[in-house]
Amino acid sequence: MSQLEIKNLHVSIEDKEILKGLSLTINQGEIHAIMGPNGTGKSTLAYTLMGHPNYTVTKGEIIFKGKNVLELEPDERSRAGIFLAFQYPVAIPGVTVANFLRTAINSRRRAENPEDKGMPIPEFRKMLKEKMDTLKMDHNFAGRYLNDGFSGGEKKRAEILQMATLKPEIAILDETDSGLDIDALRIVSEGVNALSGPDLGVLVITHYQRLLNYIKPNFVHIMLDGRIVESGGADLALHLEEQGYDWVREKYEEPA
Amino acid sequence: MAEEIKTDDNKILEEIGDYKYGFHDRDDNYVFKSERGLSREVVENISRMKGEPQWMLDFRLKAYEHYINRPMPNWGPTLDEIDFDNIFYYVKPTEKSEKNWDNVPDDIKNTFNKLGIPEAEQKFLAGVGAQYESEMVYHSILEHLEKQGVVFLSIEDGLKQYPDLFKEYFGTVIPIEDNKFAALNSAVWSGGSFVYVPKGVTVDLPLQAYFRLNTANVGQFERTLIIVDEGASVHYVEGCTAPQYTTNSFHSGVIEIIVKKGARSRYSTIQNWSTNVFNLVTQRAKVFANASHEWVDANLGSKLTMKYPSCYLMESGAHGEMLSMAFAGPGQTQDAGSKMMHFAPNTTSKIVSKSISKGGGRASYRGMVKVYKGSKGVKSNVVCDALLLDPKSRSDTYPTIEIDEDDVTIGHEASVSKVGEEQLFYLMSRGLSEEEATTMVVSGFIEPLVKELPMEYAVEMNRLIQLQMEGSIG
Ligand SMILES: Nc1ncnc2c1ncn2[C@@H]1O[C@H](COP(=O)(O)OP(=O)(O)OP(=O)(O)O)[C@@H](O)[C@H]1O
Ligand SMILES: [Mg+2]
Repeated sequence: MSQLEIKNLHVSIEDKEILKGLSLTINQGEIHAIMGPNGTGKSTLAYTLMGHPNYTVTKGEIIFKGKNVLELEPDERSRAGIFLAFQYPVAIPGVTVANFLRTAINSRRRAENPEDKGMPIPEFRKMLKEKMDTLKMDHNFAGRYLNDGFSGGEKKRAEILQMATLKPEIAILDETDSGLDIDALRIVSEGVNALSGPDLGVLVITHYQRLLNYIKPNFVHIMLDGRIVESGGADLALHLEEQGYDWVREKYEEPA
Repeated sequence: MAEEIKTDDNKILEEIGDYKYGFHDRDDNYVFKSERGLSREVVENISRMKGEPQWMLDFRLKAYEHYINRPMPNWGPTLDEIDFDNIFYYVKPTEKSEKNWDNVPDDIKNTFNKLGIPEAEQKFLAGVGAQYESEMVYHSILEHLEKQGVVFLSIEDGLKQYPDLFKEYFGTVIPIEDNKFAALNSAVWSGGSFVYVPKGVTVDLPLQAYFRLNTANVGQFERTLIIVDEGASVHYVEGCTAPQYTTNSFHSGVIEIIVKKGARSRYSTIQNWSTNVFNLVTQRAKVFANASHEWVDANLGSKLTMKYPSCYLMESGAHGEMLSMAFAGPGQTQDAGSKMMHFAPNTTSKIVSKSISKGGGRASYRGMVKVYKGSKGVKSNVVCDALLLDPKSRSDTYPTIEIDEDDVTIGHEASVSKVGEEQLFYLMSRGLSEEEATTMVVSGFIEPLVKELPMEYAVEMNRLIQLQMEGSIG
C-alpha cells in the first residue's frame, strides 16, 4: 500500500515559491533518500509534510494512508504516524527529555482513548532505558532539558530517541547525519535501521553518501530548485559523490 | 534510572491524593460586633479582644495615626478601586465560618475539584468549613519541633507565651513608618505565625503554614514574625495552591524575618487569590553576618498584587536571594519584584524574576538594588524574564539600581519572550496539542522556581499552571 503520496506540491514562504511541483510516493518498508544543493527546498518539504504554519501549500496534494494530510494540524499528523527528525531541533528550557517524552506518549494515548490513564511509570522507565541503551546514550540524558545546551550530535541522537519512542509509520530525517562524529553516525544509523522494517517508510535528507552506506536506500532522488529532477537507485548517490551537482544543474536549470 | 527521571508526577499525585494534613480550630468565643471602616475604636477593640499588653495597643494606635496621615502611594498601579471604608478590619474567626458554602463561586469549587481536594477541606480552604481535624498528624509534627526547641505558634499565642522575645523583635524589621500599608497592618493585624528557631538548630522539615489552622484561612491583615537564631536553619512555606476564596477583597500582610549570624532561612509562598482580591504585602528579612535568606515566591490570582520582598543585608557576608514567579491572567495585574539593600561589605544578592502574562494580563517587575557607601565587594545579579502568551498581554520592568560604592559587581539582564512558534511547532510535531505544547513551554519557563519548592507544592504548582492554561487556546 502506498503510505505517503505527494502530488505536484507547490509551497510558498512569504509569497516566495520554494517547492514548484514536487511529486513523490513512499511505500511502507521503503527507504528513500533526497539529496540536493543547499537552498533547494529539502527542509521546506520536510516542514510542509509536518504542517509548519509558515509554509503555505498553494497547489498539490499530500495523501497519507488515504487521508488528506493538508487538513491536519501538526499534532494530528504526528498522531497519524508522521515523524520529522529536525535539521535544527528546538530547545525547550526547563522541560526534561523524560518529562517531554512521557507527555508526548500520554497525549497520544489520550487522543486515542480519552479515558487512558497514561503509561505506567515503571513501564515508561523501562522502555526509555532500553531505547537509550540502543542509542548508547547516558541515562542521565533523560533528566536534561530538551535540546537545551545539547551539542549538535546530542540533538540528533535525541531526535532518533524520540523517533524510537513514538514509533512512527513514516519518518523524515532531515540531515540527521550532520554534526555527528563517525561513531555517532554509525550508532544513530543502527538505531534507525533497528526501527525500519516492513511497516516503516523512511525519507532521508542528506548531503553525504556516507550515511547511505549505513541506511541503505531503495531510491535516491535529486532535488533542484523545488523539484525532484532525477531518481534512481543507491548508485545515484555514489555518482553524485563523485561528480557533484554540476551535471544536474546543466541538465535541468533553466537558463537565467 | 529511578533517580535520573525525577518527573514521576503521577506517583506524587497519588501520594498527595490522600491528604494527610491536619487542621485545628481555635477557641475564640469572645463576642465582637464587626463594623465596616476603620477608626481608633476599631483598633482599640481589636487589641482588647485579643487581650494584648499595653505596649501592643500603643503600637497599634501609633500605627493607626501614621496610616491615616500618610498619603496613598502614587507610584505603581492605581489603588483607586479599593473602598477602604467598606472593609471589615477585623473579622472574628467564628464569623468566618458562618459563611455559606453555597456562596462560594463555582469556578473556585471547580478548581478545588480539579486539584483533587476533598470536600471537607475545600470548605475549610474557602473559609466556610467547620472544624477539620486530624489531630494525630498535627500533634506529632508539633512534638517533633518542640523536642528541638522550635517555637511555631499563631502570632497571638506567640505574643502571649513569649512576650519578651516577641517585643524584642516585633516591628523591628518593618517599622510602622515603612509604608502606608505596613502601617495599616500594624494597626489592625490579626492572624499569622510566630516562629523561633534556637541557635544551631536545623529544622529538618518545612514549616507549613497550612498545617496550622487559621493560617490556611489567611487573615486579611496577617502578620508573621520569624526569628532564626545564630547558625540555625529553617524553611517556612506559606499558602497553598487552591484558590483562596475570600469575600474580603483586600489583603495586606506583613512578614518580618530575622536571620542571625551564620543562619539560613527560606520563605516560600504560593499564593492563588481569587480574582477579586487586592493583595498588598510587605515582606522583609534582616540578614546578619554570613547568614542567608531566600524568598521563593509564586503569585497567581488576585486582581492586583503588589509585592516586593526584600533583604536588608546588615553585616559582612550576608546573602539575599529572591526567586519569584507571577502569572497575570485576564484582568489581573501582578506588580512584583524585590529589594536588595546592601548595608555592609561583601554582601551578595541575587534576584530571578519570572512573569507570565496571558489574556490581557499585566505583569511588571519592580525592583531595587541599593549599595550603601563603604559596602565594598558587593555582588548582585538581577535576571528578569517575561513570557507573553498573546499580543494582548503586557510586561514591564522597572529596575532601580543605586550604588554609592565603586568596588562592586552588579549585573542586570532582562528578557521578554513570546512562546515561540518554533517551540510550539516542534512540540506539536510530537503529538502534543497546541494547549499542551504551550503549557509545556510555560512549565519549563517556571521550572527553575518550581524545582525549589517542596515536592507536593511543586506538583500542585504544575497542576495549577495546567489549569490556568486550560481553554486558553482556540
Ligand atoms: N522561514 C523562511 N523565510 C524565508 N525564506 C525561507 C524560510 N525558510 C526557508 N526559506 C528559503 O527557502 C529556500 C529553501 O530552504 P530550505 O531550508 O528548504 O533548503 P534546504 O534544501 O533544506 O537547504 P539546506 O541543504 O541548506 O538545508 C531557501 O532559499 C531559504 O532561504
Ligand atoms: Mg535543510
